[in-house]
Amino acid sequence: MRLFTFKGGIHPSDGKKLSKDKAVQAILPSGDLVYPLSQHIGAPAKAIVEVGDRVLRGQKIAEASGFVSAPIYASVSGNVKAIEPHFNPTGTKVACIVIENDGEYQEVEYKPVKPLDELSKEEVLQLIGDAGIVGLGGAGFPTKVKLSPKEPDAIEYIIANCAECEPYITADYRRMMENPEELVGGMRVILKLFDNAIGIFGVEDNKLDCIEKLKELVKDEPRMQVKALKARYPQGSERQMIYATTKRAIDSSMLPADAGCVVDNVETMIAVYHAVVEGKPLMERIVTVSGDGVKKPGNFKVLLGTNQRTLIEAAGGLNGEPEKIISGGPMMGFAMFTLDTPITKTSSSILCLTKDVVAEYEPSACINCGRCVTVCPSRIIPSRLADYAERFDEELFVRWNGMECIECGCCSYKCPAKRQLKQSIGSMKKIVIANRKNRGN
Amino acid sequence: MSENYNISSSPHIRSKTTTSSIMLHVIIALLPATIFGVYTFGMPALLVIAITTGTAVLTEYIYQKLMHKRVTIGDFSAVLTGLLLALNLPATAPWWMCVLGSVFAILIVKQLFGGLGQNFMNPAMAARCFLLISFTGRMTTFVYDGVSGATPLAVLKAGENVNLLDMVIGNTAGTIGETSMVAILIGAMFLVIMGIISIRIPVTYLCTFVLFLGLFGEHGFDASYIVAHLAGGGLMLGAWFMATDYVTAPITKSGQVIYGICLGIFTGLFRLFGGSAEGVSYAIIFSNLLVPLIEKVTIPKPFGKGGERR
Repeated sequence: MRLFTFKGGIHPSDGKKLSKDKAVQAILPSGDLVYPLSQHIGAPAKAIVEVGDRVLRGQKIAEASGFVSAPIYASVSGNVKAIEPHFNPTGTKVACIVIENDGEYQEVEYKPVKPLDELSKEEVLQLIGDAGIVGLGGAGFPTKVKLSPKEPDAIEYIIANCAECEPYITADYRRMMENPEELVGGMRVILKLFDNAIGIFGVEDNKLDCIEKLKELVKDEPRMQVKALKARYPQGSERQMIYATTKRAIDSSMLPADAGCVVDNVETMIAVYHAVVEGKPLMERIVTVSGDGVKKPGNFKVLLGTNQRTLIEAAGGLNGEPEKIISGGPMMGFAMFTLDTPITKTSSSILCLTKDVVAEYEPSACINCGRCVTVCPSRIIPSRLADYAERFDEELFVRWNGMECIECGCCSYKCPAKRQLKQSIGSMKKIVIANRKNRGN
Repeated sequence: MSENYNISSSPHIRSKTTTSSIMLHVIIALLPATIFGVYTFGMPALLVIAITTGTAVLTEYIYQKLMHKRVTIGDFSAVLTGLLLALNLPATAPWWMCVLGSVFAILIVKQLFGGLGQNFMNPAMAARCFLLISFTGRMTTFVYDGVSGATPLAVLKAGENVNLLDMVIGNTAGTIGETSMVAILIGAMFLVIMGIISIRIPVTYLCTFVLFLGLFGEHGFDASYIVAHLAGGGLMLGAWFMATDYVTAPITKSGQVIYGICLGIFTGLFRLFGGSAEGVSYAIIFSNLLVPLIEKVTIPKPFGKGGERR
């Protein structure tokens, strides 16, 4: 089997066997449901319900407030209890709609769906936008915007990001094993939007069973193919994924569309399928709960807004007192100081670790070993950039291509001196962007 | 409600490699050459190694204590510097020279420039050059098998014949660690296999040197002459253990190639046209000085830069 890949990257122990073979289990929420108005990139959604309103499952409770924005739907029926700030998984307090679950799960009447053949492209896009779909892999970019490039005819590849290169997470893996037709169905919907495109499923070779399954499903689909990728982090990073599947390379100044590509991950494509083929808005997702800090790691189908504690209980509870709890994967996820946060559209996993290795190591002096350079998929010099970042030298930081960092964290992972390279570079990137804005360009 | 789990910026996992594990690997890789040196030159060699290593560690400890800095002797970098210096000294070096060299390496070259990672010259090499300039006689007197004699390189420079097999195995006069090409290469292979060093610098270094030798050495590409030069003096030790020193080599990949080429040219120049038969140490500290310049012109092209827009 020919394997496709990119240059650089790391191969950490992936921990996927903890939850890989656990079939998805649907769980019901307990307590109130909390819906942050901002769980996507772009303008926060605008609440269209008021405290005291009764809402039904599937009812829109907040609408998109701009072009780059996304609406939010209630995943349970009940009463709007409050609209107030709550912590989200990334540790910031954001405005949230709180709904008291009445336990009846009474649903709205969904609009009847037309067969895909009878839908126009505009209608398909409208359905995807209305369903509140954003990049569910973690980026949270509104999918409708992604699927509306300036020249749709110039798009040649629709890439389904099936890499799931983050250690531990197996949510996409379970999706591919349990609902591969829905994934292919989602691809079919998106391909309808782009007449000149073919669909590629890029799957890492640690998921050979998925590759087999998808190959079988697309064997009569002239516009779809499956490509096996080397299991290597960050294979699922957008730029690396595009390169591995099409040999086209883009940098920070370009969008995937500039290379004729659109990339969506597994969960997103399945949400597209549900929205267009079944007429259902985005109300639930698959979340992996794993790590040595939970008793029974597994994969769960969860209603958005569910408290993360509910998931920990579903996974058998905590194993002792974990030192670190992460929303997302160990490479790019957010460490949470509390479990009292809701599952949002971009929550792919909750990871509980009994040992926090980051706290164990004290950063020491850089010995210039170049390991960060070897693993950097953006081919920049992380150690040097971190130096410039630490002394706020914007000019050198930009000249040494600091803005090309994708913040995958390979450098920090590999650094023998245990420096927080990614953190320094990431913070400096924010400063540079802010400075550019202030200077008005 | 606040459970106060640890928070930190991602990533939340780390590889097991640490600075001290890297230093330990290099020390282990130097053991074949060290043991061979002690076997060849006996107790005096062991004494030199003990004194330089001990002084290096002690100097670092005292300096950091006095300056109220975190004591970093646990990272084994001072041990490594001391050991490398010893391997670059003749077994006949008096104790005070060993002490002086170690203090110079650690205090002047390393700590005064900011400690680990900040020195712009390889401390052991700089100390060797310092001693070479200050005590030329003592540094170039070599005793082998109870007889003091010239190193094979000096013999070669005088136009006489040398025993190649002895040079490769290490049955010759020289500094403690440089004589056995075989022992050094065993250690170097270990480092390459363990992923501690890449072959980029040593290979470009040696290839450039061979090319230089063939072009300007008046013997053409005569195999025995070239092998004698490769096995003689500090070339192997320098190419595999000194030129690959992370701190003083360029971090950019193309920069490392340029650095290797510079090393090859300088070593060739010093050996063929210089006053002394040896030239590796000077070539290395000289090239160390070029590193900032080399890095400046070899900033790599980031992934996707200038990609084709469709």
